[in-house]
Amino acid sequence: MGATLNTLWRYTPLLICLAIWEILATAGPVSNQLLPDVASVGKALWSLILDGELLRQAGHSLYRAATGFLLAVVIGTTAGLLMATFRGVRLVVNPIVQMFYPMPKSALIPVMMIWFGLGDMSKIVLIFIGCLLPVVISAYNGARGVNPFLIWSARSLGASRTSTLVQVTLPAAMPEILNGIRTALAFAFILMVSSEFVIAKDGFGYLISQLGDGGAYEAMFAVILVVAAAGFTADRLYGAFVRHQLRWREP
Amino acid sequence: MTRPASPAFTPARARGRAAPGPQAPSMLGAVWRRLTSDTVIQLAVIAVLLIAWETVTRLGLVHPFLLPRLSAVLERIYNNALNGKVFMDLGLTLYRAAAGFFIGVAVAIPLGVMMARNAGVRWFFDPLVSIGFPMPKISFLPIFILWFGIFDTSKIVMIAFSCFFPVVSATYAGTLGVDKWVIWSARSFGARESQVLREVVLPMALPQILTGIQIAVPVGLITTVVTEMLMGGPGIGGSMMAAGRFADSVGVFAGIVEIAVLGAIVVKGVERMRAYLLRWHAEARH
Repeated sequence: MGATLNTLWRYTPLLICLAIWEILATAGPVSNQLLPDVASVGKALWSLILDGELLRQAGHSLYRAATGFLLAVVIGTTAGLLMATFRGVRLVVNPIVQMFYPMPKSALIPVMMIWFGLGDMSKIVLIFIGCLLPVVISAYNGARGVNPFLIWSARSLGASRTSTLVQVTLPAAMPEILNGIRTALAFAFILMVSSEFVIAKDGFGYLISQLGDGGAYEAMFAVILVVAAAGFTADRLYGAFVRHQLRWREP
Repeated sequence: MTRPASPAFTPARARGRAAPGPQAPSMLGAVWRRLTSDTVIQLAVIAVLLIAWETVTRLGLVHPFLLPRLSAVLERIYNNALNGKVFMDLGLTLYRAAAGFFIGVAVAIPLGVMMARNAGVRWFFDPLVSIGFPMPKISFLPIFILWFGIFDTSKIVMIAFSCFFPVVSATYAGTLGVDKWVIWSARSFGARESQVLREVVLPMALPQILTGIQIAVPVGLITTVVTEMLMGGPGIGGSMMAAGRFADSVGVFAGIVEIAVLGAIVVKGVERMRAYLLRWHAEARH
């Protein structure tokens, strides 16, 4: 009971914001076109859920984001660990990483359109590239920061290079890798929505622009809030996963 | 950059004596070491990639629409530089990015400090910031277009909104983490609250604030390019979309190279700024 009250107290500011929104929209000087009131946004959301449109577009979007993101996590972690272990890999991969790292990834959207067309592939590759670099860099830094005594002990106890990499370096670098993956998760959502805005064919971004162009602003606000909530939920779930993964660490 | 085997374990005199050995092999060795040093190899990798790009496209292995020749792209950039298009595009993009970034930071840093120091402010803004931080802010762009039109205002508001959250949460966490003993000793030496804030709290929170800024800068650039792509007009994003619409892939790739250079300059500039601002800090000493 006390915990519930605490949560309620913690999120009261959110309710205050909703109340201000409602007052501005219904009584304020702002026209209803610019700011639809809370109830009508809720109604629009409900009807989008009922006719299945929201779920269908969400499926498209989340499929792309998840595919690009997961590929980036697997390949990025491997590349980062190999870079930290083998000088040859580092010398070949590092200049490429350094070259692409500061580039705003959204600039690649037109090229992805030229190379992969308007379908899923262009967005998956864009999300993959955008998520890859934070993961590579964090895995590389994490693996480089591993206490060399751990690696030397494993080696002197007869572990092969591969098993040292998998059983010592990877777990020791895990906190930093998981941090980089969190950045990548945020980028996955940003690039998902951006690419769907620009290459509008389906997905959340398409639905938002289509509703906006059609003047259905209540529904547009509703979908935007759904996307925001999806990004927030993904981050929270990931945070819980990280805490579970790192429970072996001393607090 | 030659790398002696282990400088830490070699006495200084021994290092000095090692140099005048047999002349020819050591010189060859020095040349070999220089050629295989990390920097040279990494530059060589980039050169090989660029040569491969030019060769593959010259041999016609890739359709020029998919990958135009490197020389054609560079020529386009050169022409754009001569007629000033590069500077107009990049200047406008930089102006929007910088305006949005500075507005976002100017709101975020004071708010973050106040959140750490005032329970009421913290109570109100903590849930809002912790919900806003992981949201994909770019999805709010249509709302800002609806409110502020399709010109610079909506772009700048969107960029400020994106840059705000990383900086406010970093400032809040950094200010909250400042050691209480340092603040207490400054107070007991008679420092006023404003002095404590300026001379103790802000410098000690600065590393974390700068980390937040280093997240906000790339996010701001990504956002700038997307807003320009969606609303068109001058600016690097708009130019790239226009080139894409006319199937002018040379123009698209020229835009990518231009924005990559701008991004590299900005990101490296922020790294330099961090090194300069934190030259007193322990992290500058390695």
